[in-house]
Order: sequence, then structure tokens, then C-alpha cells
Amino acid sequence: MGKITLEKVQKKFGDVEVIPPLDLTINDGEFVVFVGPSGCGKSTLLRLIAGLEDVSGGQIRIDGEDATGMPPAKRGLAMVFQSYALYPHMSVRKNIAFPMRMAGLSEAEQKKRIDAAAHALNLTDYLDRKPGQLSGGQRQRVAIGRAIVREPSAFLFDEPLSNLDAALRVNMRLEISELHQTLKTTMVYVTHDQVEAMTMADKIVVLRAGHIEQVGSPLDLYRHPDNRFVAGFIGSPKMNFIEGPRAHAEQAHALGIRPEHIDLSQTPVQGAIEGRVGVSEHLGSDTFAHVHSEEVGQINVRVAGDIDVHAGDTVWLSPQPQNLHRFDEAGLALR
Amino acid sequence: MATKHSRAAARLMISPAVLLLLGWMIVPLAMTLYFSFLRYNLLMPGMEEWTGFLNYQYFLTDPAFIASLINTLLLVGGVLIITIIGGILLALLLDQPFFGQGIVRILVIAPFFVMPTVSALVWKNMFLNPVNGLFAHVAHFFGLPAYDFLAQAPLASIIGIVAWQWLPFATLILLTALQSLDQEQLEAAEMDGASPVSRFFHIMLPHLARAITVVVLIQTIFLLSIFAEILVTTNGGPGVASTNLTYLIYVQSLLQFDVGGGSAGGVVAIILANIVAIFLMRMIGKNLEA
Amino acid sequence: MARAVSKPRKLVFTLVAWIIGLAIFFPILWIFILSFKSEGNAIAAPFHVLTSAFTLESYHTVFERSNYLRYFMNSVILSVGSTLLGLIIAVPAAWAMAFVPGRHTKDVLLWMLSTKMLPPVGVLVPIYLIFRDMGLLDSRIGLVFVLTMINLPIIIWMLYTYFREIPGEILEAARMDGAGLKEEVLYVLTPMAIPGIASTVLLNIILAWNEAFWTLNLTAAKAAPLTQFIASYSSPEGLFYAKLSAASIMAIAPILIMGWFSQKQLVRGLTFGAVK
Repeated sequence: MGKITLEKVQKKFGDVEVIPPLDLTINDGEFVVFVGPSGCGKSTLLRLIAGLEDVSGGQIRIDGEDATGMPPAKRGLAMVFQSYALYPHMSVRKNIAFPMRMAGLSEAEQKKRIDAAAHALNLTDYLDRKPGQLSGGQRQRVAIGRAIVREPSAFLFDEPLSNLDAALRVNMRLEISELHQTLKTTMVYVTHDQVEAMTMADKIVVLRAGHIEQVGSPLDLYRHPDNRFVAGFIGSPKMNFIEGPRAHAEQAHALGIRPEHIDLSQTPVQGAIEGRVGVSEHLGSDTFAHVHSEEVGQINVRVAGDIDVHAGDTVWLSPQPQNLHRFDEAGLALR
Repeated sequence: MATKHSRAAARLMISPAVLLLLGWMIVPLAMTLYFSFLRYNLLMPGMEEWTGFLNYQYFLTDPAFIASLINTLLLVGGVLIITIIGGILLALLLDQPFFGQGIVRILVIAPFFVMPTVSALVWKNMFLNPVNGLFAHVAHFFGLPAYDFLAQAPLASIIGIVAWQWLPFATLILLTALQSLDQEQLEAAEMDGASPVSRFFHIMLPHLARAITVVVLIQTIFLLSIFAEILVTTNGGPGVASTNLTYLIYVQSLLQFDVGGGSAGGVVAIILANIVAIFLMRMIGKNLEA
Repeated sequence: MARAVSKPRKLVFTLVAWIIGLAIFFPILWIFILSFKSEGNAIAAPFHVLTSAFTLESYHTVFERSNYLRYFMNSVILSVGSTLLGLIIAVPAAWAMAFVPGRHTKDVLLWMLSTKMLPPVGVLVPIYLIFRDMGLLDSRIGLVFVLTMINLPIIIWMLYTYFREIPGEILEAARMDGAGLKEEVLYVLTPMAIPGIASTVLLNIILAWNEAFWTLNLTAAKAAPLTQFIASYSSPEGLFYAKLSAASIMAIAPILIMGWFSQKQLVRGLTFGAVK
């Protein structure tokens, strides 16, 4: 079991309120991602759940039980840190065994769990090495192994992939997702990378300045962002925003249209936005065209890779009407 | 980790150190300050009386004070110049690839670990002695008269001895700083067409500036308090030719038993040292934030 | 930096570096040689000194003088004692400041350092009088205390810089893994801190061993360490070159060896972490 409930949870550092009172429910078995720009309070929120920081107000419940004042060790959670936080003087085996040693598990049980974790994480050959002799990806797996063997009611991940290179990051992303599917344990995952959030989460919590901007499934956030912040943060490349007469014609302050929801024509189209291609990035499968238009400024468009657009071309852009997002002056979505 | 519980524990853990240091600093300091306003001689117990600034007046107008102040400045300045310039050159040399780097490094830093009384005595007897010293032997070999270093040039000799002790310190620190210089910066400069000399002046020296400042400040703190070397070699003489402020105060308070006068001197020494300390603390404080 | 260095260039540097290195080391080398010569040969001309017979006579004499060992033991007791006492006070303080930094941690650290900047001569008189009145003059206890106090800021500072390099996340991981304060300190912190503590100990033994202001001014015979013993050779015994050399070599050898092992830490310790 691993249901975590936050009720009016609040955090202040001195007089500075980093997290205003906030409610959130994380259901058992859910993969929840906290995402937001740096400084949005996502890591602090995770540390509050872990018990590494005291809450300044409100309540944290784990499986219905009040855990607000509990020391971290008693909460039954496991955490994977950004820096992996492996014990440098212990071998991989000892690192993984450490939480079990602290819990007083029998040697036999320790060995069984270590072997199982090492097998699952491809670490069997490295058990007797020190962390210093491992690559970044291997260290990351050891940190996960150390978390698994505790059989926690929930895993907490604090930007676990940010110290890995791009290729490795994609791999580890998959491994963590697979792990979640096998274990079916609650996972709370903090990242600033919206791609990680989109690909891994059952539920995304978008945070800004300590506030929850929106909670929902990845596709929910992609299709129905509540406000301009979420609309701009989720999705890559970023959503284009258009203000002025075109927005007013739709009874909105601003229109949002994703680059992939714009039709690009190389011949004039009635009512389309005319512009010149500044830079076009050919990725093979897709092409990103950065278009400058007199009327609405910079617009980014994503088209299929076989469409031939080049810098200096004049193009006509037509946003797909069914995929338009409308926002009011305050940046809230109009539905 | 910043939980309330750990904060209270932390305060408890710091307090013994803070209280001890506070006592160690405040009690003697207050006493020194108090004594400096008394007529107080250990040979005349029970005769203490308040004299106001008289001790300061005597101490500051004593010709020995001016002489010792100049000697102190010469000693500190001389040693600094020798060790900084020598240290930079040595650090540059030791940073080059050559055979036996590790051993040479060990040889160069060795003098720093020699206790002050040993190095003073060894230099005094084995090297500077006008009869049996090594320098005298060398002079004889070339048919020159032996030079009595400690009698003819006492302060310069002491500067030499102290510089020998502190050269390793400057070298070691400057070498460490030099090795932390980003090689890519030097390579970039080389690509930009900078000659070795201009690489030194435009890249290495600015990089070393911070380490040099640290060496200057720390050595100054220690050099202001040079004592054993003078005690062992010249006893401050001839006359007061090699007496520095520290030694003068020692003579006044523990040899002439003039507690009042010695304390006034002590206060003066503290004020001088504080001027240096303020700069040093500012540098270290900046580093603490980084 | 994979660039070949030309052979001749390297040979020239080798030659120059070794000449300068040996020149700087020469005084130590010279007394090392003298210490194995007879008294008569030691004051002879240099060439004669080098070719004269080898003897352990001086070491015997120095050892036989019953008081040498007492000075040596005093040096050991003072340096080791003050370092250990310093550690006991400093480890908790440095630990707290490194892992539970408060708003005033920086100020406290700087203030501690500032006590080190106080010139000893400024407080010589009161310390001397306090020691006289408490009967601590020429006592090991009194001197251990003084040496502890003058090195305490350096000990705290060094430990602090070492502790601060231990990532806080690791301690948090231990806490998440179920370690209590005791386990955290025992299994995680101590093993990681030992290298730092070791070099702190080394540097402080060196500093205490060579301390030559308080040891000279506060001791006479009973508690006097080697600094005092060597100073007593000043005259007229200073003319016994071989014996003076043997005594000097024995006084500096242990520290020289320790110092060579702690070169790197020395920089950090002596610059209060300003240069690493």
C-alpha cells in the first residue's frame, strides 16, 4: 500500500513561504511526476513527503496514518537522490544491504533480496566494486537497488536522471517505467524535464512558485491545459501564442497553437499567416521551421520530414481550428 | 535535514568550542588591556597603581620601539619579497615535467617542517659561524676573510633563515594554485598567439593573484610573531639591531619584569596584527560563500 | 595535455630542478652528514668532513644524556595530547557547522579564525601570570591546554572544510534507509570523515611539535619539549656540532616524515581552505 495524502501542507523558510498551503492525493500504485521550472518548490515538496524537511503547517498522511512528525526512517519510503548519494566507502553489495542492515533483516533474507535486485538491475557483476569504479548509469541503478530492497510503500525520485548523458537518460527512463510496471508500487518523481514527465507519469503535477498549476494525466495536460503556463511548459517544441486581432476574432486575449497543429503551405492560402522561414531544422522524421511573420511575430511549425522548407522561403501557416487553445487576460484557458 | 531537533543538538555541539575560545581570547585580552594602564613591575609586587597612558607614552617614545618597529617591517617585508618571488619561480619550475618530480618536491618543502629552534641553531653554528661555519670554510677556500654574519648583518641573516623556512610554504601553495589553472585557458592563449612570457603575465599571474594574497596575509600573521629564531641566534642584538616588536615586548615583560610596559606593547602589537587580520578575514569570508 | 615534451628540454629542467631542490634541502642534508661524524671531524673543512669516518658516537651520547628522552616524550605528549584534546572539542563543533549550518555559522567560523590572528605576545603577560598563580608554569597540562587553544581554530576549520565535502544527500539517504543518529555517525559519517580527520591530526601534530613561542616561554625543565632542548644548545654547547646535529636530526625526523605525507592537506589547513 502506498497512498500519500497532503492536506494544507505548507513550507516556510524563515519568513519566505516557498510552498503555500497545498492539497494533493497520490493514489496507491500511481506514478506521479512533479514538474516545473527550477525553484518551483517541487524538490522541497518531495523532501517534505520524505520527512527530510519539517512542514510548517498541514498534514501528511501515508496510508491514512498521520506521518507529519515521523522521522524519515519510519515512513516506509525509499528515495533515489539526484547525486545518487551512494556510500563511497562501501561496496555495491554493502550499499544495497545498508537499509536492510538498519532494519535488522537476517543475513539470508538480505542476500536473497540483494541477488534479486542485482539480477533485475544488471548489477550482478559489479556487486563487489566501490561506487567510484562505476559509470553514472550503474551508480543510478545501485541507488535504485538500494531503494528496491527495502520494499517501501512508495519510491521518491529527486531528479534522478539529470546527471546522466542524453542516451543513457532515455534508457534509464524506460527502466524506471518497467520497474514501476513490475512492482506496481507508488512512485513520486521530481523533474524539470517535461519529456520525462510526459513519458513516465500516470499523473503529472505542474508546479510554479510552490503553487499547483494543474494536476492530470499527460494527455490531459497536453490537450486541455488550464492556463498559459501549463500550455507553454508541456509539449515540445513549445506552444505558440498569438495575441492581437486574430485572438480577438476568437473572443480571446491570446490564442495558443502547438507547432504540430499548424498546416504549412508553400502556396498562398486564403486567411493564412504569411511569413518567411528563418531557420529550418531537419531532424529526418520531422522538420522544425522557425517562421517570422509581419502579422504575429515568431511562429514555430513542425511538419513532416519530407516537406522541403528552407531558410528564406515564404510560407503560409494555417492553425488547425479544432486544436486552438484560447486564453483570457489572466492567462486562464477559455473553454 | 534542517529539522528543529538537529538545530538544538548543533548548538550544543558548538558551544564547548565557542566558550573555550571566547575565554581564551577575552580573559587575557582584558588583562593585557588592564595591565597596560598600570604601573606594574613583578620585582615590586604590591606597588601597582593606575598610570593612565603613561606606559604607552614610554613604550611609543622608546627609541627601541621605533627601531624594533622598523626591524619588524624589514623582517616581514624582506621575507615576503624573497618567498613570494622565489615561490613563484620555484612553483613554475616544479610544474614542468622532469624526472624525479616527487622527490624534488619533497626536498623543497622539507625546511618548513624543521622546528624554528633547530633551523636557527643550525644556521647560526654550521653555516654562519665565522670560525667553523660552512660559509667561513668556503670563504677561506677562495682566500677571502670570513664574514661574521650575525654580528655584521644580524637582521639580514635572520631574514635569510626565516625566508629559508617559509619559502617552502609559499612554493607549495603557489604550486597548488598553479596546478588548479585550467589547461584549456593556457591552450586558448597559445592559440591566440600569446608567447610564454605573456601567458605568464596575462593568465598565470592573475590566476595566482588570489593565492599570492593568501600567502602574503598568512605569512604576515606568522612573521609578525617571529621569536625563537631571534632568541636563539642574536638575542635581539647587537644592541637592538635585530629586535622585532615581539622580542622587544618579551624582553620588557619577562626579562625586565615590566608588566605594564610589556602590556602596552602587547596592545600595540595586537592593533598592528589586526590591521592585517581584517584583510585576511575578508578574503577567507568571501571564499566561504563560494 | 597529450603533448610530447622534448627530451633535451626535460633533461635541462631535471638538472635545474634537482640542483635547486638539493640546495634548499642542503642544510638538512648537511646536519644529517655531520651527525654521523666525530666531534673533531665535524668542525673540519667541508672536504675533510665528507671523507672522514662514519660513527654513531653522537647519537649514543645524545641518548645517554638521560634528559634527552624526557624532552622527546614531552614533545610527543604535548603535540599528541593537544591534538587529541582539540579533536574532542572540534569534531562536534565542525560536524554541527557543516551539516546544520545556521544563519550565524559563517560569522562563528570567522570569529574562531580571528582568535588565531591574535599575536601571542599580546597575551603573553596575562597567560604567564595566570599560569604562575595557578602553578601551571612548566607543567604539561598547562601547555597542552595552550597548544590546544592556539590550534583549535585550525582544527575546527580543517574538519569543517572536510565535513562540508561530504554531500548532505548521503546523510539524508542514510536517514531514509532507516539509520538513526548513532548509525548515521558510526557507519556513514565516520568512515567518510576519517581521511579528513587523519590529515587534520597530522597537520596539528606538526604545528604543535614545532611551536616555539609558548613552549619556550612557559617551560623550564620539567615540561620542556625538544624546542627548548635545542634552544639550550645555543651556547656554549653549540660548538659540539656532531651532537647538535644528531639531536636536531632526531628532533625533526618524525615531523619531516609526517610532513611529507601530508603535503596536500597542509596547503588546505594552513590557508584555512582558501587554496585547495
